[in-house]
Amino acid sequence: MLEIKNLHVKLEEEDKAILKGVDLTVEAGKVHAIMGPNGSGKSTLAYVLSGRDGYEVTEGTISLEGEELLDMEPEERAAAGLFLAFQYPVEIPGVGNMTFLRTAVNAQRKARGEPEMSSGDFLKLIRAKAKDLKIEPDMLKRPVNVGFSGGEKKRNEILQMAMLEPRMCVLDETDSGLDVDAMKLVADGVNALRDANRGFLVITHYQRLLDHIKPDVVHIMSDGRIIKSGGPELALEVEQNGYADILAEVQA
Amino acid sequence: MSAPAVAKTRAARREAKLAATAARLENHPLPQGGGWLGRARVAALARLKGMGLPERRDEYWRFTNPARLADDAVTPAALFDASDEVDEFDGIDRLKLVFVDGVFDAQASDDLALEGIEIARLAEAGGRDIHWAQDLYGALEAEGQSPVERPLAARNSAYARDGVLIRVSAKPSKPVSLIYRRSSPEGAAVLHHVIRLEPGAELTLLENGPAAARYSIDIEACIADGAALHHVRAQGRDHERSGITHVFARLGEGSVFKSFTLSANGAVLRNEAVVWLNGKGGSAHIAGAAMGDGAFHHDDTVFVTHAAPDCESRQVFKKVLRNGAVGVFQGKILVDQIAQLTDGYQISQSLLLDETSQFLAKPELEIYADDVKCSHGSTSGEIDADQLFYLRARGLPLDDAQGLLVLAFLAEALEEIDSNELADDMRHRLEGWVNRHRR
Repeated sequence: MLEIKNLHVKLEEEDKAILKGVDLTVEAGKVHAIMGPNGSGKSTLAYVLSGRDGYEVTEGTISLEGEELLDMEPEERAAAGLFLAFQYPVEIPGVGNMTFLRTAVNAQRKARGEPEMSSGDFLKLIRAKAKDLKIEPDMLKRPVNVGFSGGEKKRNEILQMAMLEPRMCVLDETDSGLDVDAMKLVADGVNALRDANRGFLVITHYQRLLDHIKPDVVHIMSDGRIIKSGGPELALEVEQNGYADILAEVQA
Repeated sequence: MSAPAVAKTRAARREAKLAATAARLENHPLPQGGGWLGRARVAALARLKGMGLPERRDEYWRFTNPARLADDAVTPAALFDASDEVDEFDGIDRLKLVFVDGVFDAQASDDLALEGIEIARLAEAGGRDIHWAQDLYGALEAEGQSPVERPLAARNSAYARDGVLIRVSAKPSKPVSLIYRRSSPEGAAVLHHVIRLEPGAELTLLENGPAAARYSIDIEACIADGAALHHVRAQGRDHERSGITHVFARLGEGSVFKSFTLSANGAVLRNEAVVWLNGKGGSAHIAGAAMGDGAFHHDDTVFVTHAAPDCESRQVFKKVLRNGAVGVFQGKILVDQIAQLTDGYQISQSLLLDETSQFLAKPELEIYADDVKCSHGSTSGEIDADQLFYLRARGLPLDDAQGLLVLAFLAEALEEIDSNELADDMRHRLEGWVNRHRR
């Protein structure tokens, strides 16, 4: 599904390498988690995948279902099936949440040569999905993320994911700023989307999200590289001993 | 240079300006028509001669060159084909009054009869005893000459050939719609409307169309206690035209005045609003959305005076500028000593879509009462990169994302329109403009 090969990335504005050779393959139907200390390059990886400005890929490739992602604009990546749940969802005053989502759904359909969704069908679908995520109808009418609590913003991200039905979901620190109840809601939303055709890349600093979204593979990232990969037990190891032990072990 | 020398220079400059104005006006006799209107015209002409026509060096014209608006010669403006859109307010049930090249067209207009309202044509009013209009014509304009001189408003009062006098004594069943059409790429239109709302009366006044290659359109509105005037106008899309408008509104106790203006394109456009809140508990909202691409100079100049306690005023102006377009905002809130518990708000913002466009703003507060709430803000910025990326990451193509953010920026001004039907109409215009003016 998603194949990252020898990815090197530096900041556009300064000569600072952030990713120093990342290799990672996420298969359809699998959940991969990336854990790592602050500053290891996790969020940069998420942004580079989604096509944000400000980064320069100096080496390597990223492909999504065989298509070269790095040649595409952000909107083309979205239409190709990539979705990034933002760590800090952006507030957009003056644009209604519902209008935004409908425009997004239909823009992606148009890009894929599919017919637009009628407003009736859209309304029915979004109401059902919002209900599952305990999103009040009022939140759909309000401007995108404006005045939303931290938990509401993250739930709104998952709602977008549910509506857009991407093939490859990247979740960037979706657990940050959430209490246990909110995290469970978000995790339920994610789990509902798990199926054999969809891949997940869950980026998180803490293990606790992985109690709710059970990963198939866990990667530890440090200083711009994946230094260790393993099963879910690797996340538990981090939880118990911190990152220091693993770093020392790899360096030894 | 010593102070007396400066004073002398200034006095001499003014003297020269008045002499030049007097000489120019020699060639422009007042329109025919006697009675009260003739007297009002003579008085207005005297005011104009006492002020002189505006010049670039005048403080109130610092950001906008008045030459094109004030010159004797009218710069022609090619007729614009706007047939890609239906006319503004199309489909809204309204009383239509049509002016072609600045002259009332009875054939194209509806019958002037509407329950709760009296309408007379200015061009025919001079000899008639229209007591409810004759003490108003030129009167609010004259009052509006202080503390800032507005010579082009006096010129309008002196030379206006047509317009309507409207008296509203109830709540008419539909809006009155002034439609301005032009058939010639040359020439000027000078229109002057007087509107009197009796206590408790309500009127929605619509204006649309480009009027002429150059137009001067003034409205004097007297809004009595408990009355409400809703004013929505769209000034057409002709690129090369120029125009100046003045709205003078005097509000009584508990009355409401809401005015929204949509402007797109145009070489030099200046809309002035002069509002007095003279009765307790009055409310005045003046708003505008302007969009300019290329040779566009748009100026909103607003002066709101709180002369009674407990009144509320809002000024909300938004401009989207690209390809060298220029936006100007001069807005003032003056709060008299008596006007305690004033709630005044003023915001002027521009969205600059490139680095060649500019926005010049002069927001002012002058407050003499001690228990008031007044805020003002002015910003100038570009499209937010994070918002743009967020939309694109959800699949919106760059142009669509940008268009959505432009409309979002303008939304606050549209919220000042009470009627959903009218707000939707204006929103569709904005969407149309945004879609046509993609990168």
